[in-house]
Amino acid sequence: MEQIPQIPKEKFRLIHDENNKDQEKIGTPSLTYMQDVRRRLFKDKVAVVCLALISIIVVISILAPIIAPHNPNAQQVTMSNLPPKLGNLNIPGMNGYQNMGGHMVDAYKQADAPKGTFYILGTDYLGRDLLSRIIYGTRLSLVVAVLATLVDLLIGVPYGIVSGWKGGKTDTFMQRIVEIVSSIPNLIVVILMMIILKPGLTSIVIAIAITGWVTMARLVRAQTFQLKEQEYILAARTLGEPSMKIATKHLIPNLSSTIIIQTMFTIPNAIFFEAFLSFIGIGIPAPNASLGTLLSDGQKAFRFLPYQMWAPAIILSVIMIATNLLGDGLRDAFDPQSSEN
Amino acid sequence: MAKYILKRILYLFLTLFIIATITFFMMKMLPGTPFSNQNRMSAEQLKIVKAQYGLDQSVFVQYIRYIGGLLQGNLGTSFQFNNEPVTALIGQRLAPSMQIGAQAMVVGTIGGILLGALAAIRKNTWVDTLATFISILGLSIPSFVLAVLLQFYLAYKWKIYPVALWDNFQSSILPTLALSALPLGTVARFMRTEMVDVMSSDYIELAKSKGNSSWGVVAKHALRNSLIPVVTIIGPMAVSVMTGSMVVENIFSIPGIGEQFVKSITTNDYPTIMGLTIFYSFLLIIVYLIVDILYGLIDPRIRLGNGGKE
Amino acid sequence: MDKILEVKDLHVDFDTYNGVVHAIRGVSFHLNAGETLAIVGESGSGKSITVRSILQLLAKNGTISKGEVLYHGDDLLQKSDKEMDKLRGNKISMIFQDPMTSLDPTMTIGKQVAEPLLIHNNVSKKDALKRAEEVLRLVGIPNPQARMNDYPHQFSGGQRQRIVIAIAIVDYPEILIADEPTTALDVTVQAQIIDLLKELQQKIGTSIIFITHDLGVVAGIADRVAVMYAGRLVEFGSVNDIFYNPQHPYTWGLLDSMPTLDTNESDRLNSIPGTPPNLLNPPKGDAFAPRNAYAMEIDEEQQPPFFKVSKHHYAATWLLHPNAPKVTPPASILNRFEKFKKLGGNVK
Ligand SMILES: Nc1ncnc2c1ncn2[C@@H]1O[C@H](COP(=O)(O)OP(=O)(O)OP(=O)(O)O)[C@@H](O)[C@H]1O
Ligand SMILES: [Mg+2]
Repeated sequence: MEQIPQIPKEKFRLIHDENNKDQEKIGTPSLTYMQDVRRRLFKDKVAVVCLALISIIVVISILAPIIAPHNPNAQQVTMSNLPPKLGNLNIPGMNGYQNMGGHMVDAYKQADAPKGTFYILGTDYLGRDLLSRIIYGTRLSLVVAVLATLVDLLIGVPYGIVSGWKGGKTDTFMQRIVEIVSSIPNLIVVILMMIILKPGLTSIVIAIAITGWVTMARLVRAQTFQLKEQEYILAARTLGEPSMKIATKHLIPNLSSTIIIQTMFTIPNAIFFEAFLSFIGIGIPAPNASLGTLLSDGQKAFRFLPYQMWAPAIILSVIMIATNLLGDGLRDAFDPQSSEN
Repeated sequence: MAKYILKRILYLFLTLFIIATITFFMMKMLPGTPFSNQNRMSAEQLKIVKAQYGLDQSVFVQYIRYIGGLLQGNLGTSFQFNNEPVTALIGQRLAPSMQIGAQAMVVGTIGGILLGALAAIRKNTWVDTLATFISILGLSIPSFVLAVLLQFYLAYKWKIYPVALWDNFQSSILPTLALSALPLGTVARFMRTEMVDVMSSDYIELAKSKGNSSWGVVAKHALRNSLIPVVTIIGPMAVSVMTGSMVVENIFSIPGIGEQFVKSITTNDYPTIMGLTIFYSFLLIIVYLIVDILYGLIDPRIRLGNGGKE
Repeated sequence: MDKILEVKDLHVDFDTYNGVVHAIRGVSFHLNAGETLAIVGESGSGKSITVRSILQLLAKNGTISKGEVLYHGDDLLQKSDKEMDKLRGNKISMIFQDPMTSLDPTMTIGKQVAEPLLIHNNVSKKDALKRAEEVLRLVGIPNPQARMNDYPHQFSGGQRQRIVIAIAIVDYPEILIADEPTTALDVTVQAQIIDLLKELQQKIGTSIIFITHDLGVVAGIADRVAVMYAGRLVEFGSVNDIFYNPQHPYTWGLLDSMPTLDTNESDRLNSIPGTPPNLLNPPKGDAFAPRNAYAMEIDEEQQPPFFKVSKHHYAATWLLHPNAPKVTPPASILNRFEKFKKLGGNVK
C-alpha cells in the first residue's frame, strides 16, 4: 500500500456500467429443476448401477417367454434335482457334479440326461428348470409389486390431496381413518385378506394395497398442506381455477418428488410381502412360480441342494437392495440439501 | 400430559374394538367352516359341534357374544389343539416369542444406533460407505432368507450352534440374529440421517466454539439430539420383528406365538387366528402407546409444551 | 496500541459440486486490545467465513489455503486441534447469527452456559452452575436462578440471544466475535443487545469483532470499521472515516442504503444495483467494477491496491490513484453527510 503503481492515464476513463450484461451471463448455467434432478441422479454412481440392474431385471421379466429356455411349469420327473450345469464348461459348482456320499458324481449322467442337456441353475424336485422358473417368478413378483404400487398411488395420492386440500373437518375425519388403518399391523390385515380371498395374484395385490396406501396418503397430505399456502397456488385459487385443474396442473407436478421417492420404497415392500406370504404358503398357489414360492420350495431342500434356494434368494435380495438404493439416490437427487454439507 | 395419555388409552380401546369387529366379520365371510371339509362327520354330529361352538346362532348374536367374551379377556377357543382356549395357547407360547423379539429389538436398536452414529461422524469416508452397505443389506434381505442361511451355515454345516432346538439361551442366538437385521438396518439409516442433520446444526457449531473436542460435541450434544427421534421408529420396528418372527420361529422350530399363527392359518383354525390377530394388535398398540409417551417424556420441547403441536 | 489479533492475507476455498469457490481472497486486518472492530458488507461477502477462520470453525468442504492468524503473535493456523480447543470458548469466543437455532434444544440453559467453564477450568459442577447463574443475571435474564433448569424453547428470541451471549462471555474471553448477533431480532431488542454488549465490554474488557450488514448498527458500537466485498476488504478506517469520508464507491453504496432517522424526507433507500460476482471464477480486476458507476478501464484489468487516505484509513479503489479523475460521491450520499453532521452525536 505504500507505493503507488505507475499506470498510464488513459486507463482511468470512466466506463460506467456498459458491460454489466456480460458479467451476468457468466456463472452456472441455469437448468430446469427436472434436468437438474436427472443430472444429479446420473452423477450418483450407486444409483446408476442400481437403475441399470433394475432395468435389466425388468427387461428380462418382460421378455420372459423369449428368454426362458424351458417351460417353467413343465415337469420332467426323471430330471429332478439336477445341479447347475453351464454347457460343457468345467466350472466348479456349475459342472453338473454333485456330492453324493463323499464323492463328486456327475448327476446328469446318473439321470440319463441326453447328451447336451444342461440346466444353468439346475432343476427342482419335479425336474422343472430353475432358471426358467426364476425368470417367470421374478416376473410375477414384479407384476405384484407394480400392481400394488399402482393401487397405492390411485388410492393414496387422491386421498392425501383431498385431505390436505380441504383441511378442517374433512381432514380431521380422513386422518382419523388413516390413524386407525395404520394402527392395525399391516401384516395382520394382509394375512386376514389372504385367508378370505382365494390365494392368487389379485388377492395379494389387494391385500398389500389395502394397507400400503396409508403412508403415501400421509406424505401427500403433508406436502399438499405446504403447497396450498404457496403464492402461485393461492393466485390460481383466487383466480377461480377449478380445483381439478389446480390439482393436476400445480399440485401433482410439485408432489412428484415425494410420490416418486415413496414409490421406490413401496416396490421392495410389496415384493417382500409377496415373498413372505408365499413362503408361509398363502401366497401364489402352485404350480406358478414367484420369488416367494421358489424360496419356500428351495428352503425345504436347502440342506442338501442349497443351489435351489441361493438363486431366488440372491435375485430377491438384489431387487430389494437395488430399489432401496435407487430410492435413496432419487431422494438425494430431488433434495440435494439432504446429502450435501 | 396426563390428559393426553388418557386420550390415547381411550383411542387404544376404540382401535381394538374396530379391529375385533373387522376380524370377526371377515372370518364370518369365509366360505364354509373348518368342519366342512371333514366328511367323517355326519349331519347330526356337525349340528352338535356347531352348537357347541355357538355357530348355530345368528351372526349378530355370535358377534355380541364374541365381544362380550373379549371384554372378559376371553379370546375364544381353538378348533384344534384339544379345544384349548386361545388365551391358554398364548400363555404357553408367549415367553419364547417375547424373548427372541425383545432380544432382536435390543440388538437391532443398539447396533443400529452405533452403526448410524459411526456413519454420520465419519460421513463420506469408507466407514460411512461400509455402514451404509451393512444397513442396506439388513433392510433388504428378508429375515426368513437370513434365517435359513444362518441355520444352514452356522448350525448345520459348521455346527457352531444347535440346529433347531429350543432350550437354553444359546438356541435363541440365531433367531435373534436373523430377526435383528431389519431393525438394525432401519435404525442405522434413520440414525445416520438424523445425526448428519444434527451435526450441521447451529447448536453443534456453538458447542464446538465452546471448546468441546469433536468427541465431546458428539457425546454431549449430537448423540442425545439424534437419539430422540429414533424412539419414534421403535413402533414400526416392533411390527417388522413380529412379522419376521412368524417365519423365523417356524424355521427354527421355536414354540412361540408366530409359529402358532402360521400353523393356525394352514389348518383354518379361525378362532385362533382371530384371537391371535387381536392379541397381536393389542401388543402393537401398547408398544405404540409406550413409545409415544416415552417420546413425550424425553423430548423437553414436548414434555414442557410450547414446542409440540398437541 | 496492542495488536491482540492480526489476520494476514487470508484465503479460504470451498470445494463444491460446481467447482472451487474462492470465498475469501486475501483479507488482512487487525484487532487492537479493548476496541470494537466492525466488519460490514452485503450478504455473502464473506464476513462469517473470515471470522470462522480465526477459530477454524469452517464447514468440512472449506480449507484455509493461505494466510496467517496471529493471536499475540502466535499463528493459530499452525496449532493442533487440541490447542485450538483450549482457545475456543475460553480466550476467543463467538456469538452466532441465529439465536433460535444456536442453543441445544435438549439441554437446560444452566448447563449450556456452564459448559465452557467445565471444559476449560478446573471447577466443580456446582461452582460452574453458580457462575452461570451470575452471568445470566448479568446479561439480563430475569430471575435466573429459577430459570436455570428451563430449556431454550421456553425463552423468547431476545432472551435466547442473551443466553448465547452469556455462553460466550462466561469464561471472560479476551476476544469476542459477534456474528450478526442482532439480525434476527426486532429493532428494540437489537438496541438492547447492543447496549448490553457495550456494557459487558466495559465490565470485562474484551475486544470485540462485530459483524453486521447494517451500517446503522455500526455507528452505535464500533471504534473501527472494515468494509468487505466479494471476499476482500475494500476499505477500513475509524468510524468517523467511514461515515464522513468514505472513499470506496461500495462504501458509498452501503451508506446510501442505510436508513436515516430523518423523518422529514420520504424514506428512500438506495440499494446497490446488480449482484455480487460469482466466486467460482472471481474477476481479474476489481470485483465491484460491474456494479460501480465510477468504474474505469483499469478496474477491469487489475485489482486496486490499498491507497492510504489518512493515518488509519485505507481504501482499495483506483479512484485514489493520482491519475484518476476526481469524482464526487452521488448527491444522495452528500446529503447524508449533511444529515450525519447535524445528528452528530449518533456517531462516536
Ligand atoms: N460450506 C460452503 N460451501 C460453499 N460455499 C460456501 C460455504 N460457506 C460459505 N460459502 C460461500 O462463501 C461466501 C461467503 O459466505 P459468508 O457466510 O461468509 O457470508 P456473510 O458475509 O457472512 O453473509 P451473511 O451476511 O448472509 O451472513 C458466500 O458466497 C457463500 O456462498
Ligand atoms: Mg454470515
